[in-house]
Amino acid sequence: MINAPVSQRDWSAHPPLIYPPYASTALRAPTKPLIPLAHGLAESSGPVFGHDRVGPLDHDLTQNGRRNGEPLGERIAVSGRILDEDGRPVRDTLIEIWQANAAGRYVHQVDQHAAPLDPNFLGAGRCVTNGEGVYKFYTIKPGAYPWRNHFNAWRPNHIHFSLFGATIASRLVTQMYFPGDPLLALDPIYLGAPEGARERLISRFSLDVAEPDFCLGYVFDIVLRGRSETPFEGGDR
Amino acid sequence: MSKQTPSQTAGPYFAYALTAQQYHYPNSQIADGTLAGEDAAGRIRIVGRVLDGAGAPIPDAMVEIWQADSAGRYGAEGFCGFGRQGTGTDPQGRFVFDTIKPGAATGHAPFLTLVVFMRGLLTHVYTRLYFSDEPAANAADPTLATVPPARRPTLVAERDGAAPGVLYRFDIRMQGEDETVFFDL
Repeated sequence: MINAPVSQRDWSAHPPLIYPPYASTALRAPTKPLIPLAHGLAESSGPVFGHDRVGPLDHDLTQNGRRNGEPLGERIAVSGRILDEDGRPVRDTLIEIWQANAAGRYVHQVDQHAAPLDPNFLGAGRCVTNGEGVYKFYTIKPGAYPWRNHFNAWRPNHIHFSLFGATIASRLVTQMYFPGDPLLALDPIYLGAPEGARERLISRFSLDVAEPDFCLGYVFDIVLRGRSETPFEGGDR
Repeated sequence: MSKQTPSQTAGPYFAYALTAQQYHYPNSQIADGTLAGEDAAGRIRIVGRVLDGAGAPIPDAMVEIWQADSAGRYGAEGFCGFGRQGTGTDPQGRFVFDTIKPGAATGHAPFLTLVVFMRGLLTHVYTRLYFSDEPAANAADPTLATVPPARRPTLVAERDGAAPGVLYRFDIRMQGEDETVFFDL
């Protein structure tokens, strides 16, 4: 699908590539300046994954990994709107999420944290936004887990989000955090996002999203790049 | 006016969600490394690694590609143009894309857009893959012209004439003297 070129990445919102407190950036993040690229057809288009690509339980992580019962932990609904910088809803766009279980353990084989796996929880899901840019997942509140970045390092509770938006340039992978988590102030990944921007990564507790006698609720709105003020440049394909 | 949501790293544990079938998890994935079947006209294979600043292959990166069809059209009927591969299932940390060579507009060289995600990257990075057997088109390409000449070879996949089929090799170097050119797009 060809769309209007999107605005530039707002580097006042995004983490730097090299960020020494996050040790893995030292050998993995580029050190030379990025080269600006005017948007042509390649950058003004992107893949389309519509409602037909999503199964009936894909958005419900409390059900899509069941084998012999319900997953353990605190059941939550996570809902929000995907908007662009100009406030337009991003309709019919794919969201993929993944997360640890309630004990802080990922299904991923590389995760060897000595916390239990839950046979009824996979921790992966996807959905497509509706006509107003709204999405909703049901899941289990993820637990914190240790990592080796520094002594006694623990990741705050979080859910990974992957989004596409209008073009390949609006692609975003991010993490949603929970309000009041004391680990946020200690987490170099969260702190890698600039002050004044990182707060947008914290979801909001909402009784409107909670469902009586069923689950608590959190709201997490996401803003993708808007439309460029400069018209299509160069005709570069 | 709203402000952009910050990027965060994909981390080391994306595979069972984003590339589940490649890594033999029970759930599905929305795209893989096969964009074109064996009988597709103009089929090519792209093989590469993602190397860290010490030159070691990175085993937990994810590479996505976005490209035009053979007529240079994006998102046209019949060819999705999007692929996704993790580097964790090959013993040498390679990604493999089976696709077709994209078409190009007059005055431009054919290329693919690549997006790289991994633990240690707080924001994903974009690069382009051009083809070594298109020297004239590469020399005239306006985007390559914006890249310092000494760094242009980092964007050119080498055709491996010894391999069966049409094979290009393209390593992505995150750092070092031959650091791959990454674009701000």
